[in-house]
Amino acid sequence: MPTQATPQAEPDRVTITLTVNGKPRSLALEPWTTLLDLLREELGLTGTKKGCDHGQCGACTVLLDGRRVNSCLALAVMQDGASVTTIEGLAAADGTLHPMQTAFIEQDAFQCGYCTPGQICSAIALLEEDHAQNPDEIRELMSGNICRCGAYPNIVAAIEQVMASGGEPAP
Amino acid sequence: MLKEPHVGAPRSRVDGRAKVTGEAKYAAEFPAPGLAHGHVVSGAIARGRITGIDTTAACAVPGVLEVFTHENRPRTAWFDYKHRDEVAPPGSPFRPLYDETILYSGQPVALVVAEDSGTARHAASLVRVEYEAGAHETDLLRAREDAYVPPKRRSGISPPPKPRGDAVAALAEAPLRVEAEYRIATEHHNPMEMHATTVVWEGGGKLTVHDKIQGVLNSQGYICNVFGLSKEDVRVVSPFVGGAFGSGLRPQYQLFLAVMAALALKRSVRVVLTRDQMFTFSHRPETINQVALGAAADGMLRAIRHDAIGATSRFEDHQEVVVNWSGLLYHCDNVELGYKLAQLDIHTPADMRAPGAPLGVFALESAMDELADKAGIDPLELRLKNYAETDENEGKPYTSKELRAAYRLGAERFGWSRRSAAPRSMREGRELVGWGLASGVWEAQMQQTSARAVLTADGRLEVATATADIGTGTYTILAQIAADAFGLPMESVTVRIGDSSLPKSPIEGGSWTAASAGSAVQAACHAVRETLFRHARGAEGSPLGNADLDHVAFVDGRIVLAADPDRGIGLIEAMRAGGAERIEHEQTASPDKANQKRYSSYTHSAIFAEVRVDEELGVLRVTCIVTAVAAGKILNPKTARSQVIGGVVWGMGMALEEETLADHRLGRFMNHNLAEYHVPVNADVHDIDVIFVEEQDSRTSPIGVKGLGEIGIVGTAAAIANAIHHATGKRIRDLPITLDKLLERPPAERAR
Repeated sequence: MPTQATPQAEPDRVTITLTVNGKPRSLALEPWTTLLDLLREELGLTGTKKGCDHGQCGACTVLLDGRRVNSCLALAVMQDGASVTTIEGLAAADGTLHPMQTAFIEQDAFQCGYCTPGQICSAIALLEEDHAQNPDEIRELMSGNICRCGAYPNIVAAIEQVMASGGEPAP
Repeated sequence: MLKEPHVGAPRSRVDGRAKVTGEAKYAAEFPAPGLAHGHVVSGAIARGRITGIDTTAACAVPGVLEVFTHENRPRTAWFDYKHRDEVAPPGSPFRPLYDETILYSGQPVALVVAEDSGTARHAASLVRVEYEAGAHETDLLRAREDAYVPPKRRSGISPPPKPRGDAVAALAEAPLRVEAEYRIATEHHNPMEMHATTVVWEGGGKLTVHDKIQGVLNSQGYICNVFGLSKEDVRVVSPFVGGAFGSGLRPQYQLFLAVMAALALKRSVRVVLTRDQMFTFSHRPETINQVALGAAADGMLRAIRHDAIGATSRFEDHQEVVVNWSGLLYHCDNVELGYKLAQLDIHTPADMRAPGAPLGVFALESAMDELADKAGIDPLELRLKNYAETDENEGKPYTSKELRAAYRLGAERFGWSRRSAAPRSMREGRELVGWGLASGVWEAQMQQTSARAVLTADGRLEVATATADIGTGTYTILAQIAADAFGLPMESVTVRIGDSSLPKSPIEGGSWTAASAGSAVQAACHAVRETLFRHARGAEGSPLGNADLDHVAFVDGRIVLAADPDRGIGLIEAMRAGGAERIEHEQTASPDKANQKRYSSYTHSAIFAEVRVDEELGVLRVTCIVTAVAAGKILNPKTARSQVIGGVVWGMGMALEEETLADHRLGRFMNHNLAEYHVPVNADVHDIDVIFVEEQDSRTSPIGVKGLGEIGIVGTAAAIANAIHHATGKRIRDLPITLDKLLERPPAERAR
């Protein structure tokens, strides 16, 4: 371990490359920074929410190389070379919403909106996983995302709407 | 043909796009230059005093700006009343970092402020606190012995009505009697967004505060009183609130700490609580109900007694309406109701979704089910038999009450008539099936609220009031009301709320916001319409020259003759004719005092529940809920349905899952996280069918609205508990009904 020259010295930072919503970025990070804190506090992408910081609520769900993960449980430095899609990266460049975003609005699948980015990312990955064939399976496989407002029936309806329309897969 | 109005139609949320794209900003998400981050150090004992705080190690961490404790905190207002917020109950409000006294476990004892949140969090772990512990009590079952009638009533909370008739004698003589004790565990609100405040130091002594609050004016008033600031210098802006359910009614300690630090450091500061710390302030009080019902052999109620004891802190008398519902849901000549508090070494409880009502109604509606059982009468028939036509607590007629229709429509949709009466008589596969029902009730209220409407010559309309949207759909219903006033598309309307610089509004709670803010917005829009109409009439060659406002309609951006919609004038043309670039009016809508004096106003519901219980494993599912709600006019069936579904899900949590468990030896809540404090998840929630019963009400509010935020939860836990009894034959009177209670052999009757 190199000794620090002064107590005020910057801690050792680790440089990684991360593609965030399609844009490659080179980042020098403190090794303990979570992906969630990186997104919210360093990159200003506050669409990804902190609801517990312990992987218990799912509000921080993002797509990491297309898979849904709790970004509060993922250390940022371990994602070198990965591609992250957050709620801010789902709509097309011209502002056209992802079918899942549209379905959430149409089915009123949220109230306060705080769990919503995580729900939407989780739902998009759920369809990619292709494990859920019916409402019961949707319910089971969406149970990592808590909605305290209790919008669950509408969340299931939104996912069914996208399934039925064969909506575009995640970017 | 007049276009169909927006009000009453299922419109999607106007803030939907912001919420599904991540653009909606919550309290911890507003940027500020030079923002410092505070992390709270929570106390470790339930009662006693701090004998020493060592902040040396924390202060030595590079990047730490200051560690605030009771020893070095800046001075704040001396008198208690300066710390009392808009909705404080009687008592001495909790003052963070006030002195060395520890009042409850988890109390904030220090705030570490650093350049970034990670440093603050780390340094907070280095603060060493020494305590001298005193004897504490957190067990309501012991403290109930010292329960007392609160000497000073909480504003807005009606104490139990005076007894009517002679309940004791009538009970003694009644052929049928049910007497039992029903308990509800402590619950925590746990909105998904953790409580947070970002204070933006604007320079020149001015602050912009983004707080997680259900009423920006409450935070503003609190800050100004506590820190001696002027309202001109403090603006609170909270456009989005990530749920609150009552936890954001009163300013919480992170607001105090963030403002304190910002003023001391003269820079912007953010304080975000952790999920653990979400268990260190407001909660629904643990409550014990004792209910006794006496009835004739045919089920007609002869006597109702209902006494409740709710937990409160040692420093404030938090009060709720728990027992009053038992005096008005049914016709009964002999009623005696009582409500007491018992002090514990806890933080003061707070209103949590439908405060009081689901607690008392769980007890009453469980007891009614027990009575139906005893009398051998169908539970629905028993309720119809004892139906109350008037509010017998106050001897007043209702502004409207379509509960009878709710029972009927709910029962039809659910298929109640196919229920086989005997417990354990319905089975499918490995599972016992149970059907239960309950009634729900909540007060319908309107509060004085002001709003502003501004019509500009580009055809856009802005309406504004200081209220909040905590997920309730306030933005959307206000846009609907405003758009209808001018026959505009909703896209032409901008709704501004959640800003203390806007016209005055009460806290967003009590289910009164739609009725109150909606009426105020409508009044402001109508005032603008009058001015606009004068311009329209004065326009050269105006077809409206001889018309008055009652004979025109506002359709598609035009003012037309109602009798001849082809003749009219465009809104913009009318403004130009009057030389007006903008028309602005502010109006205040107030409840009709005469109506309030003469009538009682409540929303009602009938809830039907189906549960399936695996007899061997005790695994329980709520497979179907039908709730029929009579709540006056429904502004937006889409968001209204969501509101009620949300309330029902809360009722499911109350019935089966939610319970903050204390270790009374430590005086501390132990399951302070979302893995161990269970709330319903997607897999727990199956079919929820919401029926809105047609109900005309012209007296509660000018727009016919009675409110919907709370009614969904009230009675739901009782309906589920009754269904569980029907499925299993087990009457469980302690919420939540967890698996261990279901598998336990029937406990000895907890009779008085």
